Amino acid sequence: MPELGLIIEVVLIFIKVYIVGMILFMLPLPLTWLERKVAGRIQVRLGPHRVGPKGLLQPFADMVKLLLKEDIIPDKADRFLFKLAPLLAMIPAFAVFVAIPVGDTFTIPGIDYVFKLYISDMNVGVLYVLAIGGLGIYGIIFGGWASNSKYSLLGGLRSAAQMISYEVALSFAAIGVVMMSNSLSLVEIVKSQGGGFWNWNLFYLPVGPVWFLIFFIASLAEINRIPFDLPEDEGTLGSGFHTEYSGMRFSFFMLAEYIAMVTISVLAVVFFFGGWMPPIDPATFGIKVPAQIMSVWGIGWFIAKVVVFIYIFMWIRFTLPRYRYDQLMTIGWKILIPVSLITVLVTGLMRIFLT
Amino acid sequence: MIEQIFFYIFAIIAVVSAIAVVTSKSPIHSAIALIITLLQVAAIFILLRSPFLAAVQVFVYVGAVVVLFLFAVMLLDLGGEKIKEQFHQQTVLGVISSVGLFVVLLFMLSRGSLTAPTGGYTEAVLAKNTEVIGKVLFTKYIYPFEVVSLLLLVALVGAVVLVLNQKGKDGV
Repeated sequence: MPELGLIIEVVLIFIKVYIVGMILFMLPLPLTWLERKVAGRIQVRLGPHRVGPKGLLQPFADMVKLLLKEDIIPDKADRFLFKLAPLLAMIPAFAVFVAIPVGDTFTIPGIDYVFKLYISDMNVGVLYVLAIGGLGIYGIIFGGWASNSKYSLLGGLRSAAQMISYEVALSFAAIGVVMMSNSLSLVEIVKSQGGGFWNWNLFYLPVGPVWFLIFFIASLAEINRIPFDLPEDEGTLGSGFHTEYSGMRFSFFMLAEYIAMVTISVLAVVFFFGGWMPPIDPATFGIKVPAQIMSVWGIGWFIAKVVVFIYIFMWIRFTLPRYRYDQLMTIGWKILIPVSLITVLVTGLMRIFLT
Repeated sequence: MIEQIFFYIFAIIAVVSAIAVVTSKSPIHSAIALIITLLQVAAIFILLRSPFLAAVQVFVYVGAVVVLFLFAVMLLDLGGEKIKEQFHQQTVLGVISSVGLFVVLLFMLSRGSLTAPTGGYTEAVLAKNTEVIGKVLFTKYIYPFEVVSLLLLVALVGAVVLVLNQKGKDGV
């Protein structure tokens, strides 16, 4: 008979996974609405405004539409892979969130139970997030190949090449973060940035902002968003890897894309903007705030920072034009990687001589 | 006990999918089987208390190497029928080398013991797995490490040289 404490821990993990999963499934609903409203505002039009107040029910209308649409599988498609691809795109996007901390711990008053505000604090968290996040690419590659359509195939090919190129720069950015924070665990990385906004990795001068820029550009490319969305370049490729997809399978790809955007925003916050740490810690001024209030306050800050990033991603999408393919490769190989190599050197020297 | 059950699950899936890699007709399906094999190996690394190696295995092999395989397969449009052509005139050599490999493996298995004693690292030290690997790699095994880096550099330069030669021939 296992101990009661162990059973409670296991049950809690299941509950946490369930809650995180539900939130992630629901998240694209407000995000699609927000994205269209942002698009409308930037392009000086209204955006959705007919279904419900301010068009708030538009995502639900879309959901009904996608559910009811006929699900078409092309005749010569590889049926097994065609069905598998949307799931392959979606599962890694969810799996990444196992390692994401939204806060440190919350001590439940009265019973003194320490509730962890993350599912798992892995000692290789950074590697896990990058490795699992990178697997989403298979959905795109297999989807493109299984459709048996030239546009889809080209979309998948571009995606593979793009991902290989930018994965290098993204890993370098992660190395930079690990060097600045001295840990591979995401919880430790956030803790190393505590105490005030001047301790955030972004302000680890002079290399912090450089790392952030490398991370930001590489991750934009990694999640195939404008200005790097060549795999679904509608001007030349139909709609790229998901040309042949319709109905619910198509919406799985969209779901994965939105969650990938959230993932990148979350990672940017954890890596560079101090995670759940508020910009100014009351403790620095000698003001004592109960730990419970600080935890909840921290979660608020975490969500606020993530929302800002999501907004920035949408803003970029409707502001910048798409890069040409050769420009994409030039940015990846000839600019980002050499700059990262130099910055690794500078960061290493700083770690040796300044600490 | 539970660990053993998990080990057998991962090991069986790994072997079955490894067989699928070489038997499936479509190269894309082979690649999928290869991904599954590599993921199982990563899972076994976790059972061996080496999360760092597991993460790197997924990151490098599943995340990058197989993507490159797929890129090549899709770019060259390798179909089922072309796979057979690739074995032309190398059947004998292939059989000899694989039988040789098996003989060597069997020899090593018969000499060694299947259960190795656990190393000198305690669970507490293994929690800092990454640190341990890093320190050992850059102190005790620095010479092999540098040899491997040199080898990779040679391969890299070699690839560039080959591409440059190709360019010259086409007059580009």
